Amino acid sequence: MAKLDVEITVNGARHKLEVGSQERLLDTLREQLKMTGTKEGCSVGECGACTVIVDDQAVNSCLVLTAQVDGSEIITVEGLESKSGLHPLQKAFIEKQAIQCGFCTPGMLMSALALLNTNPTPTKEEIKTALEGNLCRCTGYQQIIDAVEMAAEEWGV
Amino acid sequence: MAFKHVNKGVRRVDAYEKVTGKAKFGADLEFANMLHAKVLRTEYPHAEIKKIETAAAEGMPGVKGVFTAQDIPNNLFGVIVQDQQVLADKKVLLAGDGVVMAVAETEAQAAAALEKIEVEYKELEGVFDPLESRKEGALKLHPGKDDNQVIHHPLRKGDVEKGFAEADVILEREYTTQFIEHSYLEPEAVVVVPNEENHLVSVYGSIQNPYATRNAVSAVLEVELAEVRVIQNHIGGSFGGKDEVVSAMAARAAVMALKTGRPVKMVNSREESFTESYKRHPYHLTYKIGATKEGKLTAMEIEAVADSGGYACQTPFVTWRSVVQATGPYEVENVKTDTYGYYTNNPYTGAMRGYGSPQVIFAQESLMDELAAELGLEPVELRKRNMYSQGSVTASGQKLERHTVSLNEVMTKAMEAIDYKKKYEEYSGEQPGDKKKGIGLSISFRGCSLGAEAIDAAASVIQINKDGSVAVYSGLAENGQGLKTIFSQIAAEVLGVPMSEVEFKELDTSFTPDSGSTVASRATLIGGNAIKDAAEKLKGRIMDFAADKYDFKVEQLELKDGFLYDGQGNRLATFADLTGEMGNTGILMSAYGWYKSPPISWDEEKGSGNPYFTYVYGCQIAEVEVDTGTGELNVINMAAAHDVGRAINPENVKGQIYGGVMMGLGYGIMEELEVRDGVIQGTNFHDYMIPTIQDMPDIKPVIVENPDPDGPFGAKSIGEPTLELGSAAIANAVAHASGRRIRSLPLNLERVLIGRALHKGGK
Ligand code: FES
Ligand code: FES
Repeated sequence: MAKLDVEITVNGARHKLEVGSQERLLDTLREQLKMTGTKEGCSVGECGACTVIVDDQAVNSCLVLTAQVDGSEIITVEGLESKSGLHPLQKAFIEKQAIQCGFCTPGMLMSALALLNTNPTPTKEEIKTALEGNLCRCTGYQQIIDAVEMAAEEWGV
Repeated sequence: MAFKHVNKGVRRVDAYEKVTGKAKFGADLEFANMLHAKVLRTEYPHAEIKKIETAAAEGMPGVKGVFTAQDIPNNLFGVIVQDQQVLADKKVLLAGDGVVMAVAETEAQAAAALEKIEVEYKELEGVFDPLESRKEGALKLHPGKDDNQVIHHPLRKGDVEKGFAEADVILEREYTTQFIEHSYLEPEAVVVVPNEENHLVSVYGSIQNPYATRNAVSAVLEVELAEVRVIQNHIGGSFGGKDEVVSAMAARAAVMALKTGRPVKMVNSREESFTESYKRHPYHLTYKIGATKEGKLTAMEIEAVADSGGYACQTPFVTWRSVVQATGPYEVENVKTDTYGYYTNNPYTGAMRGYGSPQVIFAQESLMDELAAELGLEPVELRKRNMYSQGSVTASGQKLERHTVSLNEVMTKAMEAIDYKKKYEEYSGEQPGDKKKGIGLSISFRGCSLGAEAIDAAASVIQINKDGSVAVYSGLAENGQGLKTIFSQIAAEVLGVPMSEVEFKELDTSFTPDSGSTVASRATLIGGNAIKDAAEKLKGRIMDFAADKYDFKVEQLELKDGFLYDGQGNRLATFADLTGEMGNTGILMSAYGWYKSPPISWDEEKGSGNPYFTYVYGCQIAEVEVDTGTGELNVINMAAAHDVGRAINPENVKGQIYGGVMMGLGYGIMEELEVRDGVIQGTNFHDYMIPTIQDMPDIKPVIVENPDPDGPFGAKSIGEPTLELGSAAIANAVAHASGRRIRSLPLNLERVLIGRALHKGGK
């Protein structure tokens, strides 16, 4: 299969990669870059476990070919924590017990991050809309909403 | 009692790994030289295997081996009945049975090899309904069995004939429930590594019950348990689901790892997971109930028929729980219950959160509302006249006296939380327009832990290191529910150390004693007691040593916040110095904990005895709006009050309630795995819808605490009770709103509108 040269920035680090023409961004992240924080739950764009941020947009990385995002800036769950510590969203997820098994968590965090990046003071309805593509079978969502609200407040300060 | 760590919403100990993406789940594991394997599954629900042609597949690039049932040392396994095939041998019994497996350098190569395999089948007629399967003359499905019955549990109390003769009103009703997919967000994944650290095979992955999986792998390989090591990794949800299906996967990978001498990884796609995993049992329920005109129940006669699918799996125990809970939490003098499970050629059914209770509660709590309407009583009133109170005797003859029977309390608190009385009155009146509101409730009692299913005991190990850090090991497994946190809290509480000093270690079957399975909402209750036991043993040693050293009486000393205090509040030593010194003087600073449940009893012939040593009580209330023009059903509010004995971690308990209520909502109004002639229609989340964040009602969790004499710090169970009540509460609310009584789940659009399902797979 033909290989393509692409260059992507993931969590601030630049990567020159050879990818297959049909290689999904999810596989590039998990298999080539060994960043397994991004999860695969359905492979068809229904669960949101694979959500990452591509150029400020939350996308399902199982539906995106890496070749399509050549030159893009990508943020994954691994990019949230910084030298100054956990991101307010991560802290809020911990504080509000918004985590059970944790399999949906990376995708939830990415969808929430994309929301807060564009709308720092979302309403409950806006939070729901931003997270409607992210399934969680464990938490019943309430504590996730609480966490996003808390992060928005803290972040705003 | 004032607690330091227990009864507090402390943060999850595994949260950091999970919010940073560092937590490794099954599919994230990699080992040097690792191979990948895939399984070819049949599309036929019932067929003879005539011929399997694998030569072409074997020659494909990267392929290291192609294997069939002939390569499996012992092809049958099962927790209760050993009838499940690792790979189908002569016959496939359900669509989704694995037939051939291929292992290759990459997953794509393994998948490509499967394409080249040819299997010749002779299709057989199938049986797809347990009501057909039970008939005399029905096609027999399992070789060596002269009928298709998996199990029959009878229960007899009093004399139902007499009871019905005393009744002024008798109702007979039928209810049905559907196949449900667990829908854990992480598809199954395992890696098996051969010949690692003196183990023939090490199994890593998303495994709900490491000991059950070890049993299965050792049985399949025909090797001793000590040769098989199972290490649990982070597991992306299970809800009862990652037991037999993962054991089969682990056994297959183990066979291939030994054949190739290399680590073998297997990861299911979502479609593979839907196709092969077991489901929640659909039930066909027939209820007959008698009551006096004053609303006193006189008799109940119940038949519940469960579809076991192709294998027995956990059907014998699932249906047993149904027997105990079938009458609901009501005093009835005369009871006759028969619960059955039958083989069919449908997907097989097994454990799923609730385990045989959601089905019977849907029927029995719907029936109570139907009876109330018939008697002209309010639903709450009918329940109050019959429900268990302190000292009541259950259908199996157990007197409820060892713990607090708190049905009235949970019901009252749930009603207050949602303003039930006012809403009930308001919605009982005339409502103009198509949109009608209604409110409905359901209550339950639930036996905690395994009950008479199996020996109920668990182990733990606690080690205090030289620097005072504490390592905790449990024989029960984190499934996402928060076990690591709860157990760490219990250890920290007893030892008087900060949570930061406690490290919970991953379960490794070679180190921690077999504690049975992490099922039946038993972890906090049974496993928590085992942790407490180990911690108390160590504390005893520490106190004896300190009393001697400082010349105090043990009662005068206290361990708190990582220090030893005398009675006057003076610090005598740090925990680290004290325990370090003990270690240096040769005192054993680790301890095994063990807890065995109080005695229980069960007479299987009569269905009598004390099946569980304690119970929890719950009440859920649903407020709905039904559009009688379109059938659209909107659950607006729900209240869920649960007596948990003591909430070790109230935030965690709330999480269990929110999650359980939403899973119950899915069960009640949206989820149904459509199975047509044994074949699942739609194997991903676009066909099978689970609740999203947009489906959330406003949920009010109410934690009720009546400490149990046998629970650690009084704690009991919460995982399963949270999802067993919702469907009946919603059905009752729909009936209240629209006047339409729906007796089949789910209560979806078409059922709400026209009273039956439109599509073929629905009942
Ligand atoms: S794996 Fe991409 S949406 Fe589910
Ligand atoms: S925490 Fe398990 S799926 Fe969300």
